[in-house]
Amino acid sequence: MSNELTIKDLHISVQGKPIINGLSLTVQPGEVHALMGPNGSGKSSLANGLMGHPLYEVDSGEVIFDGVDVLDLEPNERAKLGLFLAFQYPTAIPGVSLANFLRLAVSAVRGKETNGSEKDKLIPMREFRRELREKMQQLGVDDSFARRYLNDGFSGGEKKRAEILQLAMLEPKIAILDETDSGLDIDAVRIVGDSVSRLVGPELGVLIITHYPRLLEYIRPQFIHILLDGRIVESGGWELAEMLEAEGYDPIREKHGIKEEE
Amino acid sequence: MQKGHFSKEFLEKIAAAEPQWMREKRLEAYALYESLPMPHTTEDDVWRRTVDMRTQDYWRRTRRYLRGLDVEKYAPSLPTNGGPSDIDVDASDEAASGVLVQVDGQLQHISKSEELKKKGIYFADFHTALREQPELLRDYFMNKAVTLETALKSGNIAQHNKFDALHGAFWRGGYLLHVPKGVSVEVPLRVFIKMSEADQADLSHTLIIAEEGSQVAVLEDNASTTSDASGLHSGAVEIFAGQNANVTYVQVQRWNRTVWNFGSHRAMIARDAQLCWVSAAFGGRLNKMNQASILEGAGSHAQMLGLAFTDARQHLDVSTAQEHISPHTTSDLMYRTVLKDRSQTAWGGNIYVYPSANHTDAYQKNDNLLLSERAHADTLPGLEIQAHEVRCTHGATAGKIDADQVFYLMSRGLPYTQAERLIVEGFFEPVIERVPLESVREELSTSITRKLG
Ligand SMILES: Nc1ncnc2c1ncn2[C@@H]1O[C@H](COP(=O)(O)OP(=O)(O)OP(=O)(O)O)[C@@H](O)[C@H]1O
Ligand SMILES: [Mg+2]
Repeated sequence: MSNELTIKDLHISVQGKPIINGLSLTVQPGEVHALMGPNGSGKSSLANGLMGHPLYEVDSGEVIFDGVDVLDLEPNERAKLGLFLAFQYPTAIPGVSLANFLRLAVSAVRGKETNGSEKDKLIPMREFRRELREKMQQLGVDDSFARRYLNDGFSGGEKKRAEILQLAMLEPKIAILDETDSGLDIDAVRIVGDSVSRLVGPELGVLIITHYPRLLEYIRPQFIHILLDGRIVESGGWELAEMLEAEGYDPIREKHGIKEEE
Repeated sequence: MQKGHFSKEFLEKIAAAEPQWMREKRLEAYALYESLPMPHTTEDDVWRRTVDMRTQDYWRRTRRYLRGLDVEKYAPSLPTNGGPSDIDVDASDEAASGVLVQVDGQLQHISKSEELKKKGIYFADFHTALREQPELLRDYFMNKAVTLETALKSGNIAQHNKFDALHGAFWRGGYLLHVPKGVSVEVPLRVFIKMSEADQADLSHTLIIAEEGSQVAVLEDNASTTSDASGLHSGAVEIFAGQNANVTYVQVQRWNRTVWNFGSHRAMIARDAQLCWVSAAFGGRLNKMNQASILEGAGSHAQMLGLAFTDARQHLDVSTAQEHISPHTTSDLMYRTVLKDRSQTAWGGNIYVYPSANHTDAYQKNDNLLLSERAHADTLPGLEIQAHEVRCTHGATAGKIDADQVFYLMSRGLPYTQAERLIVEGFFEPVIERVPLESVREELSTSITRKLG
């Protein structure tokens, strides 16, 4: 399989502190995986490390995507290969409108390598506008959204919708959604859930990081993984999510002899 | 002692064709120029960041910016008898109601729209104005705004300024714009002050007088025509917004990186008048500027927008003042600077509120974005408030480009340089979006893009 994401024995540390300690996972296109774990277990660190955030140092292990070792690549090259991360806490970029930015991003990711000027590499304005409007409507966001400065002064829910809008526009092959459901009201969870499940198909594999089964009701994952202490300690099906909802992490901690972190 | 160009003989030569009062004014300035030392000590509060500023690199060398300056090396233009020779005019200026082009102190072109002529607006190069409007100039020229002596508090940033004295003694070129009472000019005027030949001294004087109830906008470009012809600019800008007048003045400075750039810019704002003032700085080797809005009349308003982008080893040192003399005056200053490479900037801003200026509302903000480890920005906001009922807000920031912002943009496919470019453009956006003229907004964006490389 070419578009699969394979993580092998990955170790990630932040400022010298080990966070991910030997994690392995494979996501195929068309598959939906959920990654659950208590606060501070390293879910976001994994996501950031996969996307290439300079603060999250990969100490050892492999991440192969599309047959390429992505650990040597810049974040933008990973994006171009088809990797996408919807951030738990999207960064605000004041003064940069969502539409302007997104046109550059879409052009960069879809871009054919040309020797033309920067302008030539941009996707045509009309085409871009039409596509953006269509996708904004599907997500139930107002037209004015496009003119607003990226994540600047956005409410929690607006930020998450903007992330999904970008996901829809950039058409990645593997998408990681880091707590995209938190901060959303019930209706928004449904809209986001529906949009993502519409995108899931033979072309897209998804890794959903979440604390709540609510979003998972809309996007039924085939696989559920539990992250504890920087490792996946349990993998299974839907029953694992139900078990967590009923009993919490304690039984799993006990089973694996892991103490709760202070 | 061997004298260069800025001698008494030269002064007499250029004053010969001028009224006696102007000659006296020049001589007075010359005496001050002679008596003042070149700024040289860090005890001089206004000049210390230009006299010497520490680099932020490993060796923390001190850069003595003024040391390499030999004023006498630069030659001001000589008087000529010929009229303007109509060359080198940008075709893009047809949208302007008046166009003036000056190269190396010499008038190259001036044109006025029918509107300008019909409404009785006076627009001419300074030498012509001195012949045609002597009374007006005698009243205003370096008498009220940019002066060698002043009782104004903001005088502290300009008093005994060697370069103002140089300007007063040897000024050449520039222009007078006079808008009569109640007249509105719909289309902005365009002025191009250029330096072309090497070792030129440009000492242009800008004087804008907008009488009661008038309205006008001027876009002034200061630029070198080559990237390496060294020069000296010592300019003065005087703006008078009469009662209830509405004035917009934009200066975009794009001298090349070898030009020494000095300037005193002052605006006097009368009752209920409004000034929108945009200063954009991209060029120069060393820039030492001061800029003051004097809110003389009750209910007057000044908006001061500043934008600067430095790179290589450029140095930019700006002092600003918002001087509130009358009640119900408002001022709003926003200066944003981006620094690349080893460039260094200093901004010192003061808000003065007189005891007579109750109900002042003053705002002041200076933000700096550093794109390199070796760039350095000093920022020093200041307040001096003597009235009781005032609202003053000020703030200053200096920070490196945010790694999370860069990562966010890169994770969506933008290469580093494009991410950086977008963040820089976004940083300038709050200033640019406040600029009232679309053509200026575009010009500024183009200059920023060019500077980003
Ligand atoms: N940028 C950072 N600087 C310092 N420490 C960090 C940073 N990012 C993560 N950490 C630390 O790494 C550990 C894992 O954090 P991470 O954000 O990956 O957890 P998480 O599983 O996503 O938690 P949550 O469910 O709260 O989102 C925590 O101890 C956290 O403090
Ligand atoms: Mg997290």
